[in-house]
Amino acid sequence: MNNKTPLLRRDGTVKLLSSLLSIVIGLVVGGLIVLLVGAGNKSIGITGAWEGLRLIFAGILSTGRDAAGSLTWGFNPANVGNMLFRAVPVIMTGLSVAVAFKTGLFNIGAPGQYLMSTMVTLIIALSIPTTAVPAGLVWLLAFVGGMVAGALWGAIPGIVKAFLNINEVLACIMTNWIAANLVTWVFDGSVYRNVVENTKTGYIYSTAYGLTEVDGVWTYVKGNGVQTAKMGLDKIFPGSQVNGGIIIAILLAVLVWVLMSKTTLGYQLKACGSNRHAARYAGINDKRNIVLSMAIAGSMAGAAASLYYLSGNTEFYWNTYQSLPAVGFNGIPVALLAMSNPIGVIFSGVFMAMLDIVGLQLTNLTAYNEFITDVIIAVIVYLSAFSLVIRTLLTARKKSRDDGPNANADSEPAAAEAMPAADAADATPADAANSEQGGEQA
Amino acid sequence: MTFLIQQTLLYAVPLMIVALAGVFAERSGIINLALEGIMIFGAFVGVLFIRILQSSEAIIALREAKNWLALQGIEMLTMLVAAALGAVFSLLLSFASINLKADQTIGGTALNLLSPALVLFFIRILANQNTLTMAEGDSASWFMIKKTTLGFAKTADLGFWGNTFLHKVYLANYICIIVFVILSVILYKTRFGLRLRSCGENPQASDSLGINVTRMRYAGTTISGALAGMGGFVYALTTANCASTGDVAGFGFLALAVMIFGNWKPLNIAGASILFGLFKCIAAGYSSIDINGDGIYMLKEISTTMPFFSSHFYRMLPYLITLIVLAFTSKNSRAPKAEGIPYDKGSR
Repeated sequence: MNNKTPLLRRDGTVKLLSSLLSIVIGLVVGGLIVLLVGAGNKSIGITGAWEGLRLIFAGILSTGRDAAGSLTWGFNPANVGNMLFRAVPVIMTGLSVAVAFKTGLFNIGAPGQYLMSTMVTLIIALSIPTTAVPAGLVWLLAFVGGMVAGALWGAIPGIVKAFLNINEVLACIMTNWIAANLVTWVFDGSVYRNVVENTKTGYIYSTAYGLTEVDGVWTYVKGNGVQTAKMGLDKIFPGSQVNGGIIIAILLAVLVWVLMSKTTLGYQLKACGSNRHAARYAGINDKRNIVLSMAIAGSMAGAAASLYYLSGNTEFYWNTYQSLPAVGFNGIPVALLAMSNPIGVIFSGVFMAMLDIVGLQLTNLTAYNEFITDVIIAVIVYLSAFSLVIRTLLTARKKSRDDGPNANADSEPAAAEAMPAADAADATPADAANSEQGGEQA
Repeated sequence: MTFLIQQTLLYAVPLMIVALAGVFAERSGIINLALEGIMIFGAFVGVLFIRILQSSEAIIALREAKNWLALQGIEMLTMLVAAALGAVFSLLLSFASINLKADQTIGGTALNLLSPALVLFFIRILANQNTLTMAEGDSASWFMIKKTTLGFAKTADLGFWGNTFLHKVYLANYICIIVFVILSVILYKTRFGLRLRSCGENPQASDSLGINVTRMRYAGTTISGALAGMGGFVYALTTANCASTGDVAGFGFLALAVMIFGNWKPLNIAGASILFGLFKCIAAGYSSIDINGDGIYMLKEISTTMPFFSSHFYRMLPYLITLIVLAFTSKNSRAPKAEGIPYDKGSR
């Protein structure tokens, strides 16, 4: 964010601390809800609530229940592998949102970009027979095709923002729903719908199915399609869905970091983000850069979908016009937690995926369900809304210190009355940072 | 035609009231992206409240005795409860964006994530499935106004107007229209409305004239929350058979589109929501809509000769039109000038 000062270690520590604090508060709120519900519900009771609470904080280490019915703990390779598998799309959508944040844009259009990429990825992967073209090449084509689709779809809000000055948030929301309807439209009645397995009629074929000519008729045959290479990860985490996608995601995150921090283009993009008019004055083409950063963001959301649906063991529910994929929205907390740092996104993405696994464990092992982890995520986003503001306030203060008393001071008593938890969340890092900042200036 | 008007109204009324919710927030200077989340919350609260009422013998007895007046009273009461809790829920947004000067879009997004998560969490615990329905009966048998409700014979013909507006309708829709009119008048013809709008245009100037910007913005978002909560329940009652599923099919976002399409003005919004409601209605039942009553399903015939005009097309249309309209009108779009900017006394 503040690219003018070198990244002080102290500054980084404050950022990390405030993220960790959001996580802790999110988990505590989730835990409190679990406890309250347990206490008020006879069928769950305090023992059930205690189990739920332990699962929320350490569900990733759960190995199920023993014969006596009590929870067992330990390293569970299937859980960890599935966590890494689920981390891939959220890391990528997190990168998407983070790139946009870095350039001063809010990409709430990741779900739409994700859907468009899903469509293109699946169509490419399911249309090119692997008997004619090497599977690896089909995979690559589908992957790149998905990224391009995401980039183009992301460019639309960028274009209307740059040239017509339309709020990108509104444009993104519209493009999201257009995408949801368009994808349903394209797949409705198409040949890609799974007609082989009775239970999967609402779904598109997984990419493990490949178009194959059988007795002169083109049909889908399982095993003839494309799948992301396992890269040996299935040996490390047996029994899980993990594949090489996680490695590709990490590489892409590093690539984005290099692009944003080490190249002229990245510098220009960030300059447009901090002050569009100043950047133009400095001779940077602000319109081009806004479109470009939305396109890059879109391509990352596109890669999320490609990597997820090219796994070969995932199926796309095509009749999706009434809902948007949650993974697109989950990119927002991932990016916020990572403070839009591409490397940080890897960790916050894995954390989000861990919460996902925790949710599954809760559903499978207790009377609770996975939605409590969504509550935790929402609380984290809510807290990030003001931690972002606090940092802006801090940087603004550093520049003009002789502006009267900080406006935030007025609101703090109100904060204490209305919501103690939230107040603690933002006041602590802010105060810590304030005092540090003060010391530095003195 | 009757069917078309009734169906369009079913979709248009929740859109209209929730779009007005957006107007109240934005006119006071707060972007309320959380409309969808508040609607989901309102729908849940309403359905839950009805379930709780239904656990009492006395309420069931009212239904058994066909005491329609009392049942309509319950419907009104539930709307009030949904509105009240919607308002409470929206305080989370007001607090973050007014007191803490947080990013309003992120705050709204947080509520949009929080609401379905909380709602589904509790639905799953209460009902052991992902849908919370009424404990007994359905919205049609409990709350729908029919000919017989009003004392007419089952075979009576009420004429076109009677058939359209008195048979198989919900009182909630009419209440929403009345509320819409009253609040629009308040927004434009009262001192309070003028002050509220001024805070969305130039809060510094308002403050200099002694208007409490913080209080006005709280008022705006709270009214917004109440309307969205009520709209959410009305949506669930009239179009989803009084069930809460942690989802309102993007209606909150569609309402946002209606608001922009209607240029933040109530009259235009009413028109836009009827247009969008018509699209929704056509998308849902275009193959069985007989526009002029001659037994020919025109839209169905169009879609058979030109497959392009399918339900998918009509469903996508509102969003597409909004984006295009935004693109063409952005130059003279009258979005409140100060929306989305936290009020800071020190800045000019």
